Amino acid sequence: MTESPAESNVPSSRTVGAVLRAQMRNIAPFITLIFLSVFFAVASPSFATIDNVGNILTQVSVTGIIAVGLTFVILCAEIDLSIASVANVTGIAVAYFTQQESYVNIANVPLPGGVAILLALALCAALGLVNALGLTLIGIPSFIMTLAMMQIAAGISALLVRGQIAYKVPDLISTLGSASIGGIPWIVIVAAAMLLAGHLVLTYTRFGRYVYMVGGNREAAEYSGLNVRLIVGAVMVIAAVCAGIGGMLGVAHFGSAQQNEFDTYLLDSIAAVVVGGTSLFGGRGGIGNTIVGLFVLGVLNNGLDHVNIDSFLKILIRGLILLAALIINVYAQRLRATAKAE
Amino acid sequence: MAQASPPVLELHGISKSFGGVEALRGIDFTLQTGEIHGLVGENGAGKSTLMKIIAGTHVDFSGRFLLDGRETRFRSTRDALAAGIAMVHQELSIAPDLSVAENVFLGVQPTNRLGVVQWARMVREASELLARLGLRLDPRQRIGDLPIGLQQLVEITRVLFSGARIVILDEPTSALSPPEVERLFAALQRLRQEGRSIVFISHFIDDILRVSDRVTVFRNGRKIAEAESSATSKSALIEAMIGKGRGEIEESYVHDITLPAPVAQPAVLTAHALSLGRSLRDISLEVRAGEVLGVYGFMGCGQLDLARVLFGKLKADHGELAIEGRKVAFASTAAARKAGVAFVPESRRVMLFHQEPVYKNVSISILGRIASILLKPAQERAMARRQVEQLQIRPPMVDLDLGALSGGNQQKVGLAKWLSYPPKVLILCEPTRGMDVGAKNDVVNIVRGLRARGIAIIVLSTEPETVLSLADRIVVMKRGAIVREFSNEVVSKDRLLEAA
Repeated sequence: MTESPAESNVPSSRTVGAVLRAQMRNIAPFITLIFLSVFFAVASPSFATIDNVGNILTQVSVTGIIAVGLTFVILCAEIDLSIASVANVTGIAVAYFTQQESYVNIANVPLPGGVAILLALALCAALGLVNALGLTLIGIPSFIMTLAMMQIAAGISALLVRGQIAYKVPDLISTLGSASIGGIPWIVIVAAAMLLAGHLVLTYTRFGRYVYMVGGNREAAEYSGLNVRLIVGAVMVIAAVCAGIGGMLGVAHFGSAQQNEFDTYLLDSIAAVVVGGTSLFGGRGGIGNTIVGLFVLGVLNNGLDHVNIDSFLKILIRGLILLAALIINVYAQRLRATAKAE
Repeated sequence: MAQASPPVLELHGISKSFGGVEALRGIDFTLQTGEIHGLVGENGAGKSTLMKIIAGTHVDFSGRFLLDGRETRFRSTRDALAAGIAMVHQELSIAPDLSVAENVFLGVQPTNRLGVVQWARMVREASELLARLGLRLDPRQRIGDLPIGLQQLVEITRVLFSGARIVILDEPTSALSPPEVERLFAALQRLRQEGRSIVFISHFIDDILRVSDRVTVFRNGRKIAEAESSATSKSALIEAMIGKGRGEIEESYVHDITLPAPVAQPAVLTAHALSLGRSLRDISLEVRAGEVLGVYGFMGCGQLDLARVLFGKLKADHGELAIEGRKVAFASTAAARKAGVAFVPESRRVMLFHQEPVYKNVSISILGRIASILLKPAQERAMARRQVEQLQIRPPMVDLDLGALSGGNQQKVGLAKWLSYPPKVLILCEPTRGMDVGAKNDVVNIVRGLRARGIAIIVLSTEPETVLSLADRIVVMKRGAIVREFSNEVVSKDRLLEAA
């Protein structure tokens, strides 16, 4: 898929087979996507319709927004398990600072819409900063640090809503999350814009280059005089802010803000990034891969609804597809290594 | 020592090759009961290979191997251990997350009849054994938390007191402080009196002469000389090691080199009284514009840590650093880079990005100079092409993945990345390690060119040839301290070895 433009001029001396093997990580998810799409199109007449494509786009939007930041984190060879909780608490926070209907039993603090949004963004950025400091200053592995943050964010959510449900969010959020323009849902536009922005940053900016280099070889990055801690810290904040935006729009999209609303989004966004072919070992992949991964998951989830499968079996099938993608991820790494040795 | 009893170990005509390269050629070696036998030789002379044959690590060799006068062939290190042969390897082989006591009894923990480990007994016995080396450690603490020298001593304790009758020590003193070396030697003498045999490999020839009864010298896979320690001298051993006067064909810098008078330039980098844990003790040095300072010392003498302190990767416990007279304290390598310090580490694995194209490797350290936010790939490539051309990197294709280049060319890329905007100070760790003669000459020429441009250069190496071929001034490090400086005088390989 989309790598930096530089990568297109691969030396001609390599054989087609070697190039294919080296690009396995990008090709395999794409083939999976085409295979799934063709399968469901044949299996169900209602799958391959314009309406349904719109459905799929809308269904993957919240995951897509969250996955933008996660792509940065995984490219740096780190992980963020707190994204779903951070999304949840940010969505709850923006509702908490909005005037609710009288029947909502929450002791909240109504503020003007703009202020509510800024406070919610500040909250997710602050949580991301705590992750960043834990990783870079204290040296806690990201897996553990963000596991703790997952609980912390869930805890703040619980304290804010105390088991209740809030409904109202600021108008801007409500528009972006649930309204459409010219038949296209705003949330799809926001997701597309954020994915594009993420891609541009990763491909065309110095910071993006540093993210790839830190993920590719952290020690070499440090010995090249890069401020590795600053870069790792920055991606953790980016991930939390993307999760926060996804959380706010998600709350508007679902029409309510409550505890545990985003739990499935952790696995979904990690799956989207990894299924798309971004290396869990860092340094390889990108937003292009994440987009393919999003569609693989979106088509799978949506298609399984269309073919009328036992809804309990759906979960198992999703798990097996994820496992297959992870196996491909690891093998692609090895194939690349052998392609190079030739 | 007069030997009446037969030798415990006798080797005849041992040869061993690795993939066509002969590491040992027809070695005869005898080890007597109750003797300490010193082995000396340069890196790659074959000492460690022979010891690994004795310890059962290398099982594929030709020649006769007699233990107690009987023909023997080990199939594994386990066979060797069972026969009473144990070895302390150059690289630490401890289990860092286990306790000191568990490491002392690694694999032989005392158990009761049910196979349950007797912890109290193990801790008590471990502390008794450690005390025999003069170590007062809590045997219950995690060994990974100890400084490297103490870890090495724990490993030595394990092997010395494992009951083995033949103990092989490969460079055991490189990370030890002088009093620790004393205690180790005392323990070795006691073991000898108990009738055990010890083989002692070291670069420190003074140590060898003090502790061993006999010395064997290796060079290029051959045994060159064997002598009673009392009947030889340091200079004789060094001469045998490096083959002075033998008309060796290889370039070996045995001839004298005249170091120039110090340049009349201001000091660019000044270090004052740097100390770091056990690895650096009170290091002061300076390097001037247009000067190459060589730092020579054996493996583990602390020069790699020194280089990392100068580049902001490690933080010194005490001491001061100044660049062009201004005091600096680097919070990160990025801060050092911004202050004009460039660093090329000793291993390609940690200096380069193998899955990225050459031009990205060349531009990584100077990206900030050509692109504030948006990258400028055309400019990056042009800059990389210039460096590739100047350093004659082959093949000259900047879009090729770095991993496709040969080792020597990769090493040049590691240097190239600092040269588009010349740094004030360039720190080179082992710049010619593993290179062939041609590539070595290229590096020498590159470094001379940089010196001519007024860059202050520090070259750190464990290979005397490297330092001698590059440096204008040489300091010798030993066990974390600078012990000798050569400047404006005649120096040679044996004088360097003698000082280290």
